[in-house]
Amino acid sequence: MSGPLLEVVGLEKRYGARIGCTEVSFDLYPGEVLGIVGESGSGKSTLLGCLAGHLSADAGHILYKGRDTRAMAEPERRVLARTEWAFVHQNPRDGLRMGVSAGGNVGERLMAVGARHYGDIRATASDWLGRVEIDAGRIDDRPRAFSGGMQQRLQIARNLVTGPRLVMMDEPTGGLDVSVQARLLDLLRALVREMGLAVIIVTHDLAVARLLADRLMVMKDGRVIEAGLTDQVLDDPQAAYTQLLVSSVLQV
Amino acid sequence: MIEIENLSKSFTLHNQGAAVISVLSGAHFAVAPGECVALTGQSGAGKSTLMRMIWGNYRAASGAIRVGGLDVATATPREIIALRRDRLGYVSQFLRVVPRVPTRRVVAEPLLALGVPEPDALARAETLLDTLNIPERLWDLSPTTFSGGEQQRVNIARGFAHPYPALLLDEPTASLDATNREVVLGLIEAAKARGAAIVGIFHDAAARARVADRAVDVTRFTPARAA
Amino acid sequence: MSEAYTFAYLDDATKRMIRRALLKALAVPGYQVPFASREMPMPYGWGTGGVQVTAACLTPEDTLKVIDQGADDTTNAVSIRRFFERTAGVAVSEHTAEASVIQTRHRIPEKPLSEGQILVYQVPIPEPLRFLEPRESETRKMHALEEYGLMHVKLYEDIARHGAIATSYAYPVRVEGRYVMDPSPIPKFDNPKLSNNPAIQLFGAGREQRIYALPPYTQVVSLDFEDHPFEPTKAEAACDLCGATESYLDEVIVDDAGGRMFCCSDTDFCASRRDAGHIGRLAPEVVA
Repeated sequence: MSGPLLEVVGLEKRYGARIGCTEVSFDLYPGEVLGIVGESGSGKSTLLGCLAGHLSADAGHILYKGRDTRAMAEPERRVLARTEWAFVHQNPRDGLRMGVSAGGNVGERLMAVGARHYGDIRATASDWLGRVEIDAGRIDDRPRAFSGGMQQRLQIARNLVTGPRLVMMDEPTGGLDVSVQARLLDLLRALVREMGLAVIIVTHDLAVARLLADRLMVMKDGRVIEAGLTDQVLDDPQAAYTQLLVSSVLQV
Repeated sequence: MIEIENLSKSFTLHNQGAAVISVLSGAHFAVAPGECVALTGQSGAGKSTLMRMIWGNYRAASGAIRVGGLDVATATPREIIALRRDRLGYVSQFLRVVPRVPTRRVVAEPLLALGVPEPDALARAETLLDTLNIPERLWDLSPTTFSGGEQQRVNIARGFAHPYPALLLDEPTASLDATNREVVLGLIEAAKARGAAIVGIFHDAAARARVADRAVDVTRFTPARAA
Repeated sequence: MSEAYTFAYLDDATKRMIRRALLKALAVPGYQVPFASREMPMPYGWGTGGVQVTAACLTPEDTLKVIDQGADDTTNAVSIRRFFERTAGVAVSEHTAEASVIQTRHRIPEKPLSEGQILVYQVPIPEPLRFLEPRESETRKMHALEEYGLMHVKLYEDIARHGAIATSYAYPVRVEGRYVMDPSPIPKFDNPKLSNNPAIQLFGAGREQRIYALPPYTQVVSLDFEDHPFEPTKAEAACDLCGATESYLDEVIVDDAGGRMFCCSDTDFCASRRDAGHIGRLAPEVVA
């Protein structure tokens, strides 16, 4: 495919008179990682919610493979959401079924798209647990028994098992220990490279953005105030707010 | 291969009363394939700034930076990413990597990004690490815990993993002992021999004299500071 | 029939409302139709849904049979049967073949049903997806969009934990390749009888206010995996009273020393066989 995987044009979401996000435009190609940074309330999660279809935008276009997802019927959008898209929540509890075993969590998307062979489903789940560095011996344990980092990796396995094209992540490393974060970042980078994923990652952690994202969008008050190459935005920020943001963090 | 034309750069410090600091103006020079140009001038003259502009890390205020036909000054992020992937290499003074990734992989990464099969990429990485005298027992450890000299050598190995047609070297021999300095200078000479265009900053005058074909004094491009 | 009641207890408006729901349920097999469940003179969980459906179906010419876990003579069955004797004055019977309407809790009679008969199930939880997805708004959407992967997650969990699909009752089914349905807590042994049945099958959930149905000869398939196919199971034994080997058996503990016996859960079926001269291991004739 030569065109962009995702093309966002003039997207806007309002909460009554208040702006959630507005005039957001960008495009994303396979294999690219786009970081969205900004403070809490800057509209980055609202934007991600609109892209994923969790929130309905008020204006603009979200073209996935050239088709406007805002104009799609819900069934079609839900099919996309469980086949070609993945959404990794900040809190694994929002993205996992806590009462279902690790294998069942990973297998759910397979079964949702018609897999009906228990042995095959289990083998695939086991393979994916290995890829996210969870011991296959824990396939029948429930996520409750896992550490935070393991839960987050399980969430990633559960999302990627059907080979999605577009992965949306909301603060995937938030709430994790620094060393666990590092392992997760390395895993994500490898998966992006191996699977040619397009990734949108929302984070307030500039260090995470620097290590993971090719490009960066800085948001404030619902608007994109600066966008560009990640290291350029972080090392030579142009907008006043970005300069403040970059100078506010400990050196990384 | 690398052509700089009438390039200028200023920083606007919005959080310090919008002070505008002009650091570079009217810079121009060119580097041909197989040639190594050393940037000179005292500290603060803008050597690193100029190098970072070629890398696409700092935005140009005006002028052109053509690397292999692409004007970095006006290129889109996507074009710069592609340029860095296959045509432009950069050995910075600092190693910046994802913690906990083994050294072997850190070095192989530029090759993996180009789609080189993993065994080949790792083999190339090991050869380079060996050449640069990084003991094999360290290859499976993350370089974040290494000494400054070791980190610098890992950084160099990474920068030389792929035969980029254009290379930027920021103090490649700093903090290296005599043996390893010799190895690095050998790598630079080999890169020149295969036709790479190199821009370097060398405080080490002997090293500069050995590998650089000519020097560009950046002080010439430094605007007169307003008092 | 007591003069104090309208025929079959319900007022006309309620009866009409329930019949409309039943017609819709029959038109969309397996789909849960909401209805305005009324208070019945018995507690929720005692079959208020089934009673309302039965009341809406009954005509004065009907013969009613009520079973609870296959038995005609348990408290629940007896009290519902008496309720309709009193409020509808219909004939009652314990014989499957004689009944035109059969209200059941957790069983399908062993004797095959025929055209013209109506089987009314009492349903505690009509939503098969609730086990894994508690939000009703979401389960409704999943039904609407045929997103049934979750149902298999439940079966997957069973196999992962027990080595086989351990769900032995309320085993989920797919109706005519469309809706996934909870067949009420019948043993999975009865699941094959749901399919291609000549009788009308109606399901009423009083507390949950849902009615669903299977018209005659509806195709009903029990969910399974290719490598773990559905198996209707029963105790590996014969009835100790009538000797039947093909019926669903209850296990009865008979003393404190671990003694036990098996007998048909369908009391009418068992009695008919004994009347016909079949004798089991512990039949009174043998023991005496």
